[in-house]
Amino acid sequence: MPKDSGIGASSKRREDVRFLTGVGNYTDDINMHGQTYAYFLRSEVAHGKINNLDIADASAMPGVLKIFTADDLTAAGGVPCGWQVTDRFGNPMQEPKHPILAEGKVRHVGDPIACVVAETLEQARDAAEAIELDIEELEAVIDMKAALNDGATKVHDDLDNNLCYDWGFVEENRDAVDEAIKNAHHVTTLELTNNRLVPNPMEPRVAIGDYSRGKDEYTLYTTSQNPHVIRLLMGAFVLSIPEHKLRVVAPDVGGGFGSKIYHYAEEAMVTFASKVVNRPVKWTCSRSEAFVSDAHGRDHVTKIELAMDENHMFTAVRTETYANMGAYLSTFAPSIPTWLHGTLMAGNYKTPLVYVNVKAVFTNTVPVDAYRGAGRPEATYQLERVVDKAARELGVDPAELRRKNFIKPEEFPYQTPVAVVYDTGNYHATLDKGLEMVDYANFDKRVAESKARGKLRGLGIAHFIEACGIAPSNLVGQLGARAGLYESATVRVNATGGLVVMTGSHSHGQGHETSFAQVVADMIGIDENMVEIVHGDTNNAPMGMGTYGSRSIAVGGSAMVRATEKIIAKAKKVASHLLEASEGDIELKDGAFSVAGTDKSITWGEVCLAAYVPHNYPLEDLEPGLEETAFYDPSNFTYPSGAYICEVEVDEETGKVDILGFTAADDFGNVINPMIVEGQVHGGVAQGIGQAMLENTVYDENGQLLTGSYMDYAMPRAADVPNFSVDHSCVTPCTHNPLGVKGCGEAGAIGSPPAVVNAVIDALHRGGHTHVEHIDMPVSPARVWAAINNK
Amino acid sequence: MTKITMTVNGKSYSGEVEGRTLLVNFLRETLSLTGTHVGCDTSQCGACTVHVNGQNVKSCTMFAIEADGADVTTVEGIAAPDGTLSTVQQAFQDYHGLQCGFCTPGMIMTATKLLEINPKPTEHEVREYLEGNICRCTGYHNIVKAIMAASGQEVTPVAAAE
Repeated sequence: MPKDSGIGASSKRREDVRFLTGVGNYTDDINMHGQTYAYFLRSEVAHGKINNLDIADASAMPGVLKIFTADDLTAAGGVPCGWQVTDRFGNPMQEPKHPILAEGKVRHVGDPIACVVAETLEQARDAAEAIELDIEELEAVIDMKAALNDGATKVHDDLDNNLCYDWGFVEENRDAVDEAIKNAHHVTTLELTNNRLVPNPMEPRVAIGDYSRGKDEYTLYTTSQNPHVIRLLMGAFVLSIPEHKLRVVAPDVGGGFGSKIYHYAEEAMVTFASKVVNRPVKWTCSRSEAFVSDAHGRDHVTKIELAMDENHMFTAVRTETYANMGAYLSTFAPSIPTWLHGTLMAGNYKTPLVYVNVKAVFTNTVPVDAYRGAGRPEATYQLERVVDKAARELGVDPAELRRKNFIKPEEFPYQTPVAVVYDTGNYHATLDKGLEMVDYANFDKRVAESKARGKLRGLGIAHFIEACGIAPSNLVGQLGARAGLYESATVRVNATGGLVVMTGSHSHGQGHETSFAQVVADMIGIDENMVEIVHGDTNNAPMGMGTYGSRSIAVGGSAMVRATEKIIAKAKKVASHLLEASEGDIELKDGAFSVAGTDKSITWGEVCLAAYVPHNYPLEDLEPGLEETAFYDPSNFTYPSGAYICEVEVDEETGKVDILGFTAADDFGNVINPMIVEGQVHGGVAQGIGQAMLENTVYDENGQLLTGSYMDYAMPRAADVPNFSVDHSCVTPCTHNPLGVKGCGEAGAIGSPPAVVNAVIDALHRGGHTHVEHIDMPVSPARVWAAINNK
Repeated sequence: MTKITMTVNGKSYSGEVEGRTLLVNFLRETLSLTGTHVGCDTSQCGACTVHVNGQNVKSCTMFAIEADGADVTTVEGIAAPDGTLSTVQQAFQDYHGLQCGFCTPGMIMTATKLLEINPKPTEHEVREYLEGNICRCTGYHNIVKAIMAASGQEVTPVAAAE
């Protein structure tokens, strides 16, 4: 019987009603009394020297309260980077200053130069147009490899060159990997690009700064995935505001996908400005502005080599990657191509030797940081493409080559050669499940059927692994994170038994308000509706590192479990007093405490009431009240994995690719709400198909963004994607968190791009176009047609 | 400034607007009906979709003064006066047709209009009709399913664990 409540039930989402009826509370829906409006004057050139910035006339325009430039911010710090990478020679990365407003130079189209605060948005815009600005355009550095040439124009004059770092992992294995590749029976080589993407949550960013002179306190309302992180970064490093004087609220947030993790200059600007003008200051990003100011994702150029012995067992992997950082280091940027990418380069395989080299490069483009998957899609894409190519070169079934090299179920926990230890997994099971779902055995019949209609049919397999649930704090600290990544939760029980759970995780589409309540209610045995989840406000949970890296249930959920365990332990003490029984004999089941072996019992609500307004209470042994806080730090990452299989049909005449079916068989460990989990996979797969088929961020040689709106940047629409077949019945629970969960938010975006591209290449080979070894994403009709015809 | 009057969700409103004020800004800022969202500035995303005189309209693409005298329905006007969700709204909840909720008002307005003009659409027709509404969260799978279910057609049930 399907469960109808608690862990494992597809409970309907309680957050839906407000969104369906238009009464959600997104940041742009907030309007403050006396509110003013901010508008940013941004650079229209990719690289330039500011020779003159004259705000005098503009400042006298109607409605203008103040125009801010870098001169007003000399006491403020730059936007901080949260992760330091050490290069392969033991030196720290080159880390340029990231000013809130341009200091003498602009470094990408969209770089903010001035901020106008006025009574209305129209007045702010009009005044921005009246600012006298003279920029001497400099040569723009766009291509990563050219940026590293001797004598290349520097993005930052005060750095040695445009190389942020040259990272090697595992550096000690470098020679051994070279040797293994030299001596291999067969080496498959592939050069590929992981295309630059714009995350594009549907809600553009918004920030409202509200300084209260009466209380000498600041409040920032912002579209963030992690309000506590913003409070920490902005308060401590940018504006020097102590935490007790700074509240950060991230109310309903319309999607993030990574792009709303980071502390952005605009947040600091409106917070600072609100004190200066002594009024609330609101900034709402337009979509065009978002394209040139939200952090972008991916943008790797890689050469990968896979070495095999005569039995087709993988012996070594060597990669060389150029990773675009853009013009400045965004909050997590340095960690994405290194620790979130290099540590996954063993994939699901027993490859004994791996060496990953990454050169991170500054260019005159928008900063690049995490986008759904963050480093792990890049790792999976390379590996699953090169394994597919290897199978073709060896003339073996790509599923069989994978199966042969997979870590076996009995080999877990498995120490990879790239630092991490996979606790659990069963890759054979997920692959078999996926192949069964697509009826792999009869694929040839479908190829023939397509051929009869003049179409080329192809099937692509990818099997991914990811590391989720970051922390562990000790480990990420060793890897360069400048803060531990704990999560906290406070569980407050009300006198009549209802609970409020305050979490540092943030929900911006994931449905935490529903699934987190399922967990707590299940632990106590009460109705889910007795549990309210509160998030998104630094005045509630004591601390929080927020939501990204599929960490919410694994880390935030575990903190919540620990806090609830403390609540139950205390409630049992109260119950034992009321029932006049030994604490050890008290059992909690279905919302009632009973004495083992007797018919004596008392309800959850009665115990809660007794805890708060007692007449009869062991005051000398126990404080009244039921509120507990827990911090949780996992001992390891979690490792979701799964088989992603795509079936396509290619039209040889036009190069058009149709996706006929897409299947995902995942192992997420235990699942709290299957409906929500499937929704997460659907969305991730659509984004992965978007990357593989449609989306691309294109700069011209002068650094102008050619894909700066939905007219030019192809977002997947309803008719671009198929229905998805998803399964999560293969379960190997995580061994080190109390729920046995692994996380599911990013899987879809990680596993799907290589499955799509593998399917297209498979179709072309089956159609006789065997000269096509690779097509870079997006596999647009033009690219497919060119690949077919450019022999 | 020009004085305009329009009926929104059955109630008459008047206000002063500049010539350049967009209908969406009038709804959100003057009338505080913030359910209608702005997700882009090129009339592509559809988060701002409302009904004007019975037509599906992107309210970022229409000046407020063009709607002078019009009958406008926004997402706030879709549920019954007692708060009961419409069939389409209920289906979106039942089939998990929304995640972050930001595109949802536009999706609800478009889906409601589709089922008015085509009460039993095929899945292909649903996907084609949604071409002006972008969702980044759901991959459209469950939006399409919710609309099919709202039209009374059979769909597979939501996931359930044993």
